[in-house]
Amino acid sequence: MDLSTTYLGLTLKNPIVPSASPMSRTVASIKSMEDFGASAVVLYSLFEEQIRHETKELNHFLDYGSESFAEAVSYFPDHKEYYLGPEEYLEHIRKVKAAVSIPVIASLNGSTVGGWTEHAARIQEAGADALELNIYYIPTNPDTTGGYVEQLYLEILQAVKSKVTIPVAVKLSPFFSSLANMAKRLDENGANGLVLFNRFYQPDINLEALEVEPSVVLSSSDALRLPLRWVAILHKNIKADLAATTGIHTAEDVIKITMAGASVAQVCSTLLRYGPKRIAEILNGIEQWMEEHEYESLTQMRGSMSHKSVANPSAFERANYMKALNSYM
Amino acid sequence: MANEQNTRQMVTIDGNEAAAYVAHKTNECIAIYPITPSSNMGEWCDQWSSEGKKNIWGTVPAVAELQSEGGAVGAVHGALQTGSLTTTFTASQGLLLMIPNMLKIAGELTSTVFHVSARAIATQTLSIFGDHSDVMAVRTTGFGLLASNSVQEVMDLALISQAATLESRVPFVHFFDGFRTSHEVMKIEQLSVDDIRAMIDDDLVNEHRKRALTPEKPVIRGTAQNPDTYFQARESCSIFYEKCPDIVQNAMDKFAKIVGRQYHLFDYVGAPEAERVIVLMGSGAEAVDETVEALLAKGEKIGVVKVHLFRPFSVKHFINALPKSVKSISVLDRTKEPGAAGEPMYQDVLTALMEAQMEGTLPFAMPRVVSGRYGLSSKEFTPAMIKAIYDELKKSTPKNHFTIGINDDVMHSSLSYDASFTTERPDVVRAMFYGLGADGTVGANKNSIKIIGEDTPNYAQGYFVYDSKKSGSTTISHLRFGPRPIHSTYLISQANFVACHMWGFLEKFDILKDSIEGGVFLLNSPYSKDEVWGKLPRIVQERIINKKLKFYTIDGNDVAQKTGMGGRVNTIMQTCFFAISGVLPKEEAIAAIKQSIKKTYGRKGEDIVKMNYDAVDQTLVNLFPVEIPVKATSTFELPPPVPKQAPEFVQNVTAKIIAGFGDELPVSAMPNDGTFPSATAQWEKRNIALEIPVWDEKTCIQCGKCAMVCPHATIRIKVFEDKQLAGAPATFKSTPYRGKEYEGMKYTIQVAPEDCTGCGLCVEICPAKNKAETRLKAINMVPQADLRLPERANWDFFLAIPEVDRSSVKMDTIKGQFLQPLFEFSGACSGCGETPYVKLVTQLFGDRTIVANATGCSSIYGGNLPTTPWAMDANGRGPAWANSLFEDNAEFGLGFRMSIDKQTEYAGELLKGMASSIGEELVKGLLTADQSDETKIAEQRKRVAALKDKLAGVTTREAKNLLALVDNFVKRSVWIIGGDGWAYDIGYGGLDHVIASGKNVNILVLDTEVYSNTGGQMSKSTPRGAVAKFAAGGKPNGKKDLGLIAMSYGSVYVARVAMGANDLHTLKTFLEAEAFNGPSLIIAYSHCIAHGINMTTGMENQKAAVESGHYPLFRYNPELAAVGQNPFKLDSKAPKIRFEEYAYKEIRYKMLTKSAPEEAKRLLALAQEDVNSKWRYYEQLAALKFEAPATN
Repeated sequence: MDLSTTYLGLTLKNPIVPSASPMSRTVASIKSMEDFGASAVVLYSLFEEQIRHETKELNHFLDYGSESFAEAVSYFPDHKEYYLGPEEYLEHIRKVKAAVSIPVIASLNGSTVGGWTEHAARIQEAGADALELNIYYIPTNPDTTGGYVEQLYLEILQAVKSKVTIPVAVKLSPFFSSLANMAKRLDENGANGLVLFNRFYQPDINLEALEVEPSVVLSSSDALRLPLRWVAILHKNIKADLAATTGIHTAEDVIKITMAGASVAQVCSTLLRYGPKRIAEILNGIEQWMEEHEYESLTQMRGSMSHKSVANPSAFERANYMKALNSYM
Repeated sequence: MANEQNTRQMVTIDGNEAAAYVAHKTNECIAIYPITPSSNMGEWCDQWSSEGKKNIWGTVPAVAELQSEGGAVGAVHGALQTGSLTTTFTASQGLLLMIPNMLKIAGELTSTVFHVSARAIATQTLSIFGDHSDVMAVRTTGFGLLASNSVQEVMDLALISQAATLESRVPFVHFFDGFRTSHEVMKIEQLSVDDIRAMIDDDLVNEHRKRALTPEKPVIRGTAQNPDTYFQARESCSIFYEKCPDIVQNAMDKFAKIVGRQYHLFDYVGAPEAERVIVLMGSGAEAVDETVEALLAKGEKIGVVKVHLFRPFSVKHFINALPKSVKSISVLDRTKEPGAAGEPMYQDVLTALMEAQMEGTLPFAMPRVVSGRYGLSSKEFTPAMIKAIYDELKKSTPKNHFTIGINDDVMHSSLSYDASFTTERPDVVRAMFYGLGADGTVGANKNSIKIIGEDTPNYAQGYFVYDSKKSGSTTISHLRFGPRPIHSTYLISQANFVACHMWGFLEKFDILKDSIEGGVFLLNSPYSKDEVWGKLPRIVQERIINKKLKFYTIDGNDVAQKTGMGGRVNTIMQTCFFAISGVLPKEEAIAAIKQSIKKTYGRKGEDIVKMNYDAVDQTLVNLFPVEIPVKATSTFELPPPVPKQAPEFVQNVTAKIIAGFGDELPVSAMPNDGTFPSATAQWEKRNIALEIPVWDEKTCIQCGKCAMVCPHATIRIKVFEDKQLAGAPATFKSTPYRGKEYEGMKYTIQVAPEDCTGCGLCVEICPAKNKAETRLKAINMVPQADLRLPERANWDFFLAIPEVDRSSVKMDTIKGQFLQPLFEFSGACSGCGETPYVKLVTQLFGDRTIVANATGCSSIYGGNLPTTPWAMDANGRGPAWANSLFEDNAEFGLGFRMSIDKQTEYAGELLKGMASSIGEELVKGLLTADQSDETKIAEQRKRVAALKDKLAGVTTREAKNLLALVDNFVKRSVWIIGGDGWAYDIGYGGLDHVIASGKNVNILVLDTEVYSNTGGQMSKSTPRGAVAKFAAGGKPNGKKDLGLIAMSYGSVYVARVAMGANDLHTLKTFLEAEAFNGPSLIIAYSHCIAHGINMTTGMENQKAAVESGHYPLFRYNPELAAVGQNPFKLDSKAPKIRFEEYAYKEIRYKMLTKSAPEEAKRLLALAQEDVNSKWRYYEQLAALKFEAPATN
């Protein structure tokens, strides 16, 4: 049974790749995921905002209150050197690379074009096999046009691509007027893969405190439908590899998304819920299913249910919506 | 420290750094304790050692912080005795605490140099500023006393004294003037490592080692001797002192050969045929030097002897230094020795001359010698004063024992002087900058000095004047630049350039009084170049016109906001200075600023560099010259510093100090024993808040939390009858009281708009939210400017409403925040975490409280002139407050208790004796009164009043004596207040003794976990993993559990509180502690600016400290054990967040993850383990079963 796949030019023994999450914070946890069969790992994200924020915070508070009172012209010792950049993250990459043999995909999360894209080069130096660029941008300003947002994505991709030679995948949100066109343009601008989709953590309201709070809700298999549709639509329409993420919990989910055309299935919620052993369970499930249904390889099924391959492509289109509603009547 | 170099280089550093540089290079062990203004020397050494910088022998000196100066010098003594080259740094009281050991060290002929930034000592008042009182107090220790008069000399003589002590075996105090030299930034030549090596003889170092204690060659030292031998043994050292001056001079000569600068024990400068000579030492000698140069040019026959080696005093060298033509001498001492025949140096000079005269060796006729005192506590010492002294010496009978620089209208000792006399040279640029403490002005100016000092051949000098407030403080920077070395050790009064970095200063100070004609004035203004003129006060307009100033303006705050600089206008105003002052060509200057930004901020990240670059560029396009009209048109006059209704003393004295004219106050204006009226902060309207809280009475739930947390007592609550509203200003708010206690009455929360510091703690703590717009609470920050006048009227109206009757208030509820605070409007940091506790004491017990306050933040915001926040109620009652010292505070408070108890006992005895005439019932009432609540205390006050009535007019001795004591019948509440530096470290021994005494005192430890007042040095309260000075690599060990130690007595009420975590617990604890008839110890978590936090959210930080288990709340009440209950109650819940989640909200912990990430992880893990094990231990303590003691 051949579960192998290629993603971002990397040959992977199977399509199960843990996505960027707290599961990749320690080497031990990554090692364990490898032991249970993960074919590659996406590291937790290095956040642009965090680096910027920490830099400003440190600068602000080290000076705060200084030079205003004769007895206390400062409040802290003056360290000659600060590790303000992504040193900790880079060190983590180095350690993970030394400890595991599966490919390591670093993740860089940002929403502006700027100095932070320099970090991509350092991530490559540190030994990452590929880079997942997670662009997380919520345009709240009504004057911001869709065109502007699309251009921003492309510029960030170009900036990062100009700094590295390792493959770059773009993890993006589904909220584009024309996602297919956006995917095509990212493809044309050198994205080696697209990761569908970024799971925005939607805020919640705490009724007692009357405060808006971040709220993490683990996904369920239902969430797979969105990436499923778009993987199917984009398959063979763009060169870039497709990775599906969000809603992949079972062997069946992996098989579905592979049939839609995904090269890899990124998993997160199910690992957080059941632990790394879940990878082995899914892999076993896939093999069992393939055996029962007489499939020899995943390559065989990949894209078999894509927009281009299915008998009724309109099922992925608007008609699908009509049908779905009718089914409730 | 600049790079290790074998060639000398020019550096711009201050005196402390210069001394520390040599000390670190020439010692192996350094034991220190922070005290202003010497702390920086220890901090530099600690930092250099933590960076691995080595001494001249190639090893990194060991640095240790001790628990007091007494401890530091003990460690120094021990390290010396075991053969290490050892030093310490101190000043003032610190030096005094070292005296016993200094006598030992000198008695044992031990080579060492103590570097001292000489400072005034606490007498009628404390002062952190410079004079020689401390140094003069150690004359008898046998230490040599070597004075440096400038920053360059500090570096040079630090080395010379080190060389001399090794050869002479006489230990040295190498001293220089606190602040004037210790904090003056100067361009000097830094000695190279080779210079230092060449001066230090390794053979002598090895001799020092040979004298060390070692079991290989055991000896004993520190014996006890009897009358038969002590005297002879004492005399045995004399020969070393005899030789010492020549050894020092030889070292100076050797230094001159190596480095090129020649010093003498007594350096004479002046006319060879001078007739009038001033003798002095310290920074004042520089000003005299400059004045002599100016007056010599006018043909005056004068000179100055600049003393370097004061002890051992070499008569020979001194007389040789004097010109033979000398006819009159004025010896100037920067100290006062009340009751002495004369000040110390005067006496030495007289003795030297008279001895030579008597022995016939005086090479000239005995001159007339007079003594003068100058410059106490960094009082200005200017060429004008110096000229007056030379002029006085012309007289046939010059005034002796004179003072200069003050107006002594009591003893008429002072010389008058013509303040307009100046020796400022035309080739020196003199610039003054008025900055707000928080805006980075001083830092930027230090940077400018470095740019000019290091990038150009010019010499540079910077001196910085701070006021005594910790929030909204004013800084005045005095910068000089010129082609020759600068000797002007006095403030600028002839400024070519004046910058005002904050608009509000224009109405507080006469900013342009020191501008010279044709000078430049730079103003940071919120108004455009076209509007600004019309907004200026009249005095500013007049000065600009009359002095023909060039006037430039910029909206620096706007540029700062737009470029992300926030409230810091430092880079912006610095750029303006370089752009218009002409000190450097503009392009060159801008390039230099940018280079310096890169150097300063590079390690803090590219974003910060870019932000500053942007600020520079934006400054240049936003800086405009202002066209100056021919006539002043403004009608705005500077308001008086205090309102007309302020009391007489405040009008006559305090107001002058507030306005910056304290120097003009005569001796007669000052209380002669250090006693000042309280309740004066209310008259100093500082208007420092940009935004103030405004109450929304409709949203308010009347919980009282805002008033409870307000660090400055600027949020007040009253309930009152409806009729009180008659005549209320239109915008005065009130709402019906919610609750049964005062049903039908009105409720008002009022903010003091001109006293509020704008910290925002109240808004953060407010639990009520506006239902329509949840970002709004029941109290919200609003820009102050437009509210100032209407809210001032509201505040005044509010104050006139009578206070709530104390007897009616439910003391144990937060809602009951009606109690009048008798601690208000302090100069503590905006958002201070300590003052809410202090204020609470005064609300609960203020009208019968007496406070012993340890030196530290609380003594400074509590008692630093001009005003005090300690206040009084409408009856004129309030806390009586005193600060003795840092180390003795617990004992000081115990003394209060002893004294009050004794007086009460004696009064009782007298009362009983007079019972028949006074009336048995009244006597019995007075002696047995239950004073456990406010109602009962009020009844006792009535009895005391009745007793006073009865005693009035009775002329018996007993009656008079009783009358003097009767107030003691009202229960006195003794509070001993201080920080963790006091309670955990320097005062711990005393605190331990006092809690063991069983006496009824209440000890409040304001636990900021760091020495806050002196700038963030580690104490034993500092938690593991936190970065502090002397723990630059994170504190390696855990926080001392003071509470647990105190509990071990079993007889002490002990509690740990954190208002931000549980305000009600805090309140109840204070009530319990005070009610406990024995010693109580409350350890109160106080968030602090030294934690590197947003002070607005300080209460949140407190909550996190408790929720993480770092600061569990508890009470230990011995009374419970007596009734069979466990006295220990754990009052907080099991940790619900990880230590990390609390710690990394604070830069003190977080910065370690940026400077030493691996160590940060290690310490974090250990700190979490501390929390876990401590919690387990507390849980077990709380679960212990107690049984009631068996009764017979």
